[in-house]
Amino acid sequence: MSDDLELVHLTKRYGDTVAVADISHRFPSGAYVCLLGPSGCGKSTTLRMIAGHESVSEGSILLGGLDISHLPPAKRGTAMMFQSYALFPHLSVRDNVAFSLRMKGVERAERNATANQMLELVHMSAFGDRLPAQLSGGQQQRVALARALVTQPRVLLLDEPLSALDPFLRIRMRAELKKLQRELGIPFIHVTHGQDEALALADEVVVMNNAVIEQAGPAREVWGTPRTEFVARFMGGHNVIATPSGKVSFRADETRISDAGLPATVTAVEYQGASVAMTAALDSGEELLALLPEETFFAAPKNPGEAVRLSWDERRANRLQA
Amino acid sequence: MNAHRTLFGWLQATPLALVMIAFLVAPIVMIVIVSFWGATEFSIYPAFQFDNYQFLFGSPVTYKVFLATFKYAAVTWALTLLIGFTVAYFLAFHVRSQTMQIALFLLCTIPFWTSNIIRMISWIPFLGRNGIANTALQNWGLIDEPLEWLLYSDFSVILAFVHLYTLFMVVPIFNTMMRIDRSLLEAARDNGASGAQILRHVIIPLTKPGIMIGTIFVVTLVMGDFVTVRFMSGSQSANVGRLISNDIALLQYPSAAATAVVLLATVLIIIAVLLRFVNIRKEL
Repeated sequence: MSDDLELVHLTKRYGDTVAVADISHRFPSGAYVCLLGPSGCGKSTTLRMIAGHESVSEGSILLGGLDISHLPPAKRGTAMMFQSYALFPHLSVRDNVAFSLRMKGVERAERNATANQMLELVHMSAFGDRLPAQLSGGQQQRVALARALVTQPRVLLLDEPLSALDPFLRIRMRAELKKLQRELGIPFIHVTHGQDEALALADEVVVMNNAVIEQAGPAREVWGTPRTEFVARFMGGHNVIATPSGKVSFRADETRISDAGLPATVTAVEYQGASVAMTAALDSGEELLALLPEETFFAAPKNPGEAVRLSWDERRANRLQA
Repeated sequence: MNAHRTLFGWLQATPLALVMIAFLVAPIVMIVIVSFWGATEFSIYPAFQFDNYQFLFGSPVTYKVFLATFKYAAVTWALTLLIGFTVAYFLAFHVRSQTMQIALFLLCTIPFWTSNIIRMISWIPFLGRNGIANTALQNWGLIDEPLEWLLYSDFSVILAFVHLYTLFMVVPIFNTMMRIDRSLLEAARDNGASGAQILRHVIIPLTKPGIMIGTIFVVTLVMGDFVTVRFMSGSQSANVGRLISNDIALLQYPSAAATAVVLLATVLIIIAVLLRFVNIRKEL
């Protein structure tokens, strides 16, 4: 049985506002997918519609060829991990994980055994008797993960799962999420507004903006060849300029200071360790970012206000469609 | 430096401590002292004797009246909890817009703009022998003669209690319910819980502190009441409050004080037992 998840002309309206406008997309099976976009772009609404916590205005959601758009959340074969984890504060970690089994009427001994297995999977066996309030953010997240996985979902939905963690923990937890996804082999659909998070995790990145999908594809493709100006700017690391034949983007790390380039005035210099981020304004007013290797920059340092010439490889420039 | 800070701390606590001592501790101490005094038909005199308590615990009336008081408290508690929980649940989970929530909530408090006594007495023309209720039932042909138990009965006493005190259940329960993270309900649904299961396994456990605060309100109010029982039972039923008020009317202050001390102890024990079940501290 195929476990492909597919959205067909999916639309969500709240009165007159359209939160998700007629999107169609097929998620590759067994992949880690990141739904990426700025806040209010419709990514969370899309996820919540897949989970069944938001009704579908039009269109359908297919899982394994079956229309699940109108099934209750627990009957869909999806499980959701909530942004704030939504652990039941009055139940122990083990009871939290076993909650869905208890609702199904599974005997205590059996459901505790299953819950313990799940806790082992997320390395939380030692904490079974604690209450959620006695755990750190990262530990709570693992428990939430175990609680979602105990239902044996065919698709795991994660709503900004890392946003409540501090930066160090975030990087560690995302590595664990990725590892877990590989072990389980089920698709993870992960909503995030952080492009670095999406690039680090995703097999496929789906960039959303203004209620529609701007671009979807493998992470390298989306970052390397953005289709629209929005994607180029949102993914970062790119410059967009208007040329007579339309807008093009080119990589900031391939933008160089050279005598052959366009004249520009340096507006800001930021030291970033391995590289230096130099922003400069062209005469046309367009701002360009150049990520210069640290050594090159400090061989001939520039200060804000100085005139420079910037160049890039025209052949590697990427033509934008919008 | 440290001593200075300690002194400052004491000074900060002093005003409230003085208020508490003057208006709470001192009167209770006074009542306890008077409860050991002696009394004759026409005078009371300072003493330290256990006569009042001996009489109180020796009289079968005491046990009967305490039992009646417990009964009123228990039935009123059960009914106010049922109604209060339902109202709070409706307000917190079914009314979506916050404006509407606040409007409906204020609506609940409107009866409190009039005094207790007036709200209570307004039941009398409704429930009386020839009152609205009996007349209407007779006109509809549901009954042939007036129902006698509508007024001046345990029914009318409890009806008045429920009417007066349900809001004291609604407010704390509504308050705790509003603090429940809505994503918990979604998480429960995601885990396959039905509406009834969400109520039983998520909402009720998380509302317990509010239920407990409401319970304390209602139980202490009913246990200490004497007006409602007098008016609504037509002086046919008694509770501990009436026992005390009768003693006072007869100027038997020592005896009234002794009954008050026993009542106070009883209520404190009930509350202590309730607090063992639920930790309400995080709600305060």
